[in-house]
Amino acid sequence: MHELSIALSIIEGAQEEAERQGNAQIEAVYLRLGPLAGVVREALTFAYDLACEGTALHGSRLVIVDVPITFFCAECAVERTPISVQNMSCPVCGTPAAQVLTGAELEICALELQT
Amino acid sequence: MSGQPRLVEVRRKVLKHNDIVADELRGRFAAAGIFVVSLVSSPGSGKTAFLERTLFRMRERFRVAALVGDLATENDCARLARAGAPVRQITTGTVCHLDADMVDKALNGWDLGALDFLFIENVGNLVCPSSYDLGENLRLVLISVTEGEDKPLKYPTIFHTADLAAITKIDLATAVEFDSAAAIRNIQSVRPGMKVLELSAKTSQGMDEWFAVLESKLARSVQASG
Repeated sequence: MHELSIALSIIEGAQEEAERQGNAQIEAVYLRLGPLAGVVREALTFAYDLACEGTALHGSRLVIVDVPITFFCAECAVERTPISVQNMSCPVCGTPAAQVLTGAELEICALELQT
Repeated sequence: MSGQPRLVEVRRKVLKHNDIVADELRGRFAAAGIFVVSLVSSPGSGKTAFLERTLFRMRERFRVAALVGDLATENDCARLARAGAPVRQITTGTVCHLDADMVDKALNGWDLGALDFLFIENVGNLVCPSSYDLGENLRLVLISVTEGEDKPLKYPTIFHTADLAAITKIDLATAVEFDSAAAIRNIQSVRPGMKVLELSAKTSQGMDEWFAVLESKLARSVQASG
């Protein structure tokens, strides 16, 4: 359960970014999250509300934008999403996904600010 | 009166600070010509026995040291010190994983140039350590035969962030009816192409292959930095 420390890092990061925008009030934080980031979505959402209490982000929303796992399938010569996290192979031809292109994202991609 | 909220695009990694510290560590490790291995597993999978055996054997020919993470107690540190290598404990308190800052702090005052290998034993946990880069050159994930063949399917992320897997306590495989082929198949399904070692720290079965992996990695990294 490291989602609380992740949530605290999100708040810290969002506040720093908001400062660059003239210290505007943060209404929502948009987070790109991949299945390989090692973060449980529900636990993070819960931890976020908890971590926001007593900060300038109190009452703000955490909007999670799911990022799929993708890899380049050499056999199909195209980018694919593997069958599942447990079965990292091409859903069309079965080639193993040796090197992923996306899916480990854990990043703030946008802030909704009050003007 | 407040107006319409505006959406501002940003691009910021949540673990940016950890990534920066980990990159700095990696740079220091490379400059010192040291190869760093981190160990991740569930509690009780035999990390410490494995590390004890590794330190004991490797120190015959190389300069080795270890950092050991635990929630509480310094028992592992005391146990590993018996192998005759420098060992430092990182007690994390309630934190369920090591991060780059903890490693950085624990290395304070250590002459990295006087080492060939540094082993970092993470807190026993198959979930949280997967998110944190420690600046290591190789992440080894261990599962013991008593944990069952489907562990990789239950905790895919940690297997996905690892570079090498080891099935430990292989001497007990028959007694607990462990199906090695199924376990390897599951690891390959989660992390295609990852090398899997089968070993026992107790009987030393498979340990020579592990030592050979370490030696070849060190040779390659020294060559790359030289």
